Amino acid sequence: MTETETASRPLVVAPGETKPGFAGTSIPRKEDKRLVQGEGVFFDDVKRHGMGYVHFVRSPYAHAKITSIDVSKALELGGVYGTLTGDEVAILTDPFFELSVKPGADIKDYALAVGRVRHVGEPVAAVVASSRELARDAAELVEVDYEPLPVLTTGEEALKNEVILHDEAGSNVVWQGLFDWGDYEGAVAEADHVVKIERLHFDRFSSTPLECSGVLVEYNRGTGQWTMHGNHQMPGIGAIWMAPALRTGIDKLRFVSQDIGGAFGNKICLHPQYVACCLLARKLNRPVQWTEWRTDQHTANAHGNERTFLDIEVPVKADGTMLGLSVRALDDCGAFPRYEPLGCIIWAQVTPGCYRWRNIRVDFTQVCTNKSPVSPNRGYSRMQHLWLTERVIDLVAQELELDPVEVRKRNYVRADEMPYETPNGCVYDSGDYARALDIALELIGYDELEARRSDVESRGKLLGFGIGSTLDSGTNNFGQSTLLNPELQFSGNNEVATVKLDIFGEIVVTLGTVPQGQGHETTASQVVADILGCTPDDVTVRAGHDTYWNSHAGFSGTYASQFAVTGLGAVKGATDKLAGEIKRVAAAVLGATPDDVELAEGTARLKAAPEAAIPFMGIGAIVNANNAILPEDVRDVTLNCRHVYVPPFQLPDKERKFGNLTLTYAMQVHTCLIEIDPETGVYEIVDYAAVDDCGTRIHPQIVEGQVHGATAQALGAATHEIFAYDEEGNLLTPNFYDYHVPHALDMPPLKTGYLESTSPFTPLGAKGMGEGGGAGIHAVCAALQDALKSRGQPTVWRSCNPFHQVWEYLRDPSRTVEVTKP
Amino acid sequence: MEAQSSRRITVTVNGEEIEYDVEARRLLVHFLRDDLDLTGTHVGCDTGNCGACTVIYNGVLAKSCMLLAIQADGASIETVEGLSSDGELTALQQAFSDHHALQCGYCTPGMLMSATALLRVHPSPTDEQIRKAIQGNICRCTGYVNIVEAIKAASK
Repeated sequence: MTETETASRPLVVAPGETKPGFAGTSIPRKEDKRLVQGEGVFFDDVKRHGMGYVHFVRSPYAHAKITSIDVSKALELGGVYGTLTGDEVAILTDPFFELSVKPGADIKDYALAVGRVRHVGEPVAAVVASSRELARDAAELVEVDYEPLPVLTTGEEALKNEVILHDEAGSNVVWQGLFDWGDYEGAVAEADHVVKIERLHFDRFSSTPLECSGVLVEYNRGTGQWTMHGNHQMPGIGAIWMAPALRTGIDKLRFVSQDIGGAFGNKICLHPQYVACCLLARKLNRPVQWTEWRTDQHTANAHGNERTFLDIEVPVKADGTMLGLSVRALDDCGAFPRYEPLGCIIWAQVTPGCYRWRNIRVDFTQVCTNKSPVSPNRGYSRMQHLWLTERVIDLVAQELELDPVEVRKRNYVRADEMPYETPNGCVYDSGDYARALDIALELIGYDELEARRSDVESRGKLLGFGIGSTLDSGTNNFGQSTLLNPELQFSGNNEVATVKLDIFGEIVVTLGTVPQGQGHETTASQVVADILGCTPDDVTVRAGHDTYWNSHAGFSGTYASQFAVTGLGAVKGATDKLAGEIKRVAAAVLGATPDDVELAEGTARLKAAPEAAIPFMGIGAIVNANNAILPEDVRDVTLNCRHVYVPPFQLPDKERKFGNLTLTYAMQVHTCLIEIDPETGVYEIVDYAAVDDCGTRIHPQIVEGQVHGATAQALGAATHEIFAYDEEGNLLTPNFYDYHVPHALDMPPLKTGYLESTSPFTPLGAKGMGEGGGAGIHAVCAALQDALKSRGQPTVWRSCNPFHQVWEYLRDPSRTVEVTKP
Repeated sequence: MEAQSSRRITVTVNGEEIEYDVEARRLLVHFLRDDLDLTGTHVGCDTGNCGACTVIYNGVLAKSCMLLAIQADGASIETVEGLSSDGELTALQQAFSDHHALQCGYCTPGMLMSATALLRVHPSPTDEQIRKAIQGNICRCTGYVNIVEAIKAASK
């Protein structure tokens, strides 16, 4: 089967019915009933008596010295509870922990600007008042004097170090390093051609979740604990940043969330705002609530990494066999590194893309500029690098007059080579890339491409066909951070789940993950039901996350395409333990051995005599309330089982920058057809197909939904979504009025297909997925290149190509690619 | 600075008549969410572009972040909380679940209100009519594919 078919109505399980094999079927989502009735609980829905509303005073300058801040007029306003300034923050907190080596290590990053602002929208002070409106008014009364400084808006300017953003660091460089695998010079010597590409640029955008960031903070003076009802998507890491800054222990920080309105990585770096709110809750002795405004989310929270690729060289054989790749990558992380410089290594999870390149040299530099800080963004760092590899494939094919389909198939890692070790030691677990491409070609009607091209051209338009083939690497080995900074004490990964059988037979699951729409309650219940022989309806999965559940570990969270591996791995582990305990109790009561017992129809029963059955309610009641009847040797049973899933990682080799950086590799091939009006540059995506292979699919409908959503985000990023700045560092697209995300009428017809290449490395054969949208960005770029080949073959050099950019290509078809002899 | 001026309004929300003193500049969406605790109506932007706050206002769709609460004096408002009764989902709500038309669920209330208004006017809409009807509602999770499918499934 090549196309995903969604059942007209998904499987419905009648109450009491037992159906084994729930994993793999699209059961109704547990989350939906509350969400379609408006009964979800998002952070902004939580209220507390007497709470104050926080409004941040933000910088109107991209770069300026703060000469004075006067909050007195704001404090005089009735209903204003208090303020916080950078000077107070500098006294009350320590700078946030930096992940980089020098010079990035010396950057000082606080919850509010201290002495200097470095991007438009940077929080300078905070005001708390009795209403949102009043807090906003009061913020207007805070007087801040600035002395503007010269502004850096591009990575290339920043690299000159003529203006320095962080004096302590003495350089705008956060991190710099050379990655050199294989024998690049040898590849050049062996090549028939070296294709050189001067410059490619991956533009700045972000997934812009519909719910902005925020938090309600309560401070308990008696215990010194802060409770944060918020939407931080990675509380484990958030706490590691916040606790030392606040000079407190990690147990003093309780993160709570139920429903989160999308996150996509953009809610990982909320620690500065959260610390400001924690300080205010303590200072004012009242709960405080901050809800980010959309304009602030765009201006000053979390952009995706912007990356420029320079001096690209590709040694290649005449038949299109790629021998190597050399590139200088310049990453612009905005004003503060925060989660960076992790993006300087995360791309290396997919170093050769889908290809058999063995000799790769990447000179990677990351710099600060006077733009919004970045954070992980769906496809984080791999998306930029994969866009490069795909651009390279299509530009080389064009220059050597080869077929992009054939060049891909010649260079793809082959199915019979799996598991495949890349030049830098990563292991691609499974997959059949050529087969995925064939499915994507079939879905889009590739056989009729030339007939279609003639038809389109007869209407005065240009037809373009493009392919994007990418990897969605999932389940990080945090040991990769030591390739950036050998002193860091991070490695491996972990996730937690608890599963218990309670006194009346309730099966209750808690997760360490922090879901934002991925249906974790549903998929966890499928896995539990299959092991315990009950139905998903019998399983209650607590919604959201709470530190006090003690169901989390250092890397808990929902990020980096990993729930199907780490989250469900933890659920499976905990449920296996619980099943073992239930069997031991039943065996003791029934006078049998645990091996004689099976779990089915919500009971523990003897395999040989199913009528000898104890309902789960009976097991729960015995252990919780009647345990004197049990023999001594089963009294250790708690029916409350916690499991920490730890993936099988090793420490990478720091010297060679070599090792397995991630556990699974879902794969995507997207194909598209576009039509360009050559008079105006306006184009339309007229056909689109997305094929995804993420191994065993626990819930096909959810998987397909992720493919749809990731594709939509990619098409937005490819066509319109861009965080554009003027020369003074003002963001020109600060809200949905100017930053155009896809609406319903913008979406092309979308066909989906799938493969299931089971992962040999994971508990359920599944691979993490959901971040595979990057393929779409490249598919559009490739289609533009194809359509414009009759118009002087301009080099499609950037990732975001709005209509006016296409018009530029048509007007001035500059080429920045050349073929040389080695 | 002067004290905030307020005014008493009478509105009918999901069939229930309510009298309330509201600040003159209170947005309708904040009145619904913060004063009436009807938190199903969401806020996703500050420019009227996202549609998460969409309600049915005197029978027509309105973005409740683009209206002041005092403008609603005498108005009849329907929010997502008023769609189902006694926990029974409407056909549209059920279709959203069946077709996986929601992921995070944040845009869903606004989307449901737009679709409800559409189906009252066009019980059997075309795909184009459906897409036009939800053009004012941004979803960042689904790519709209399954939302369109769900609305189609709930139509006659």
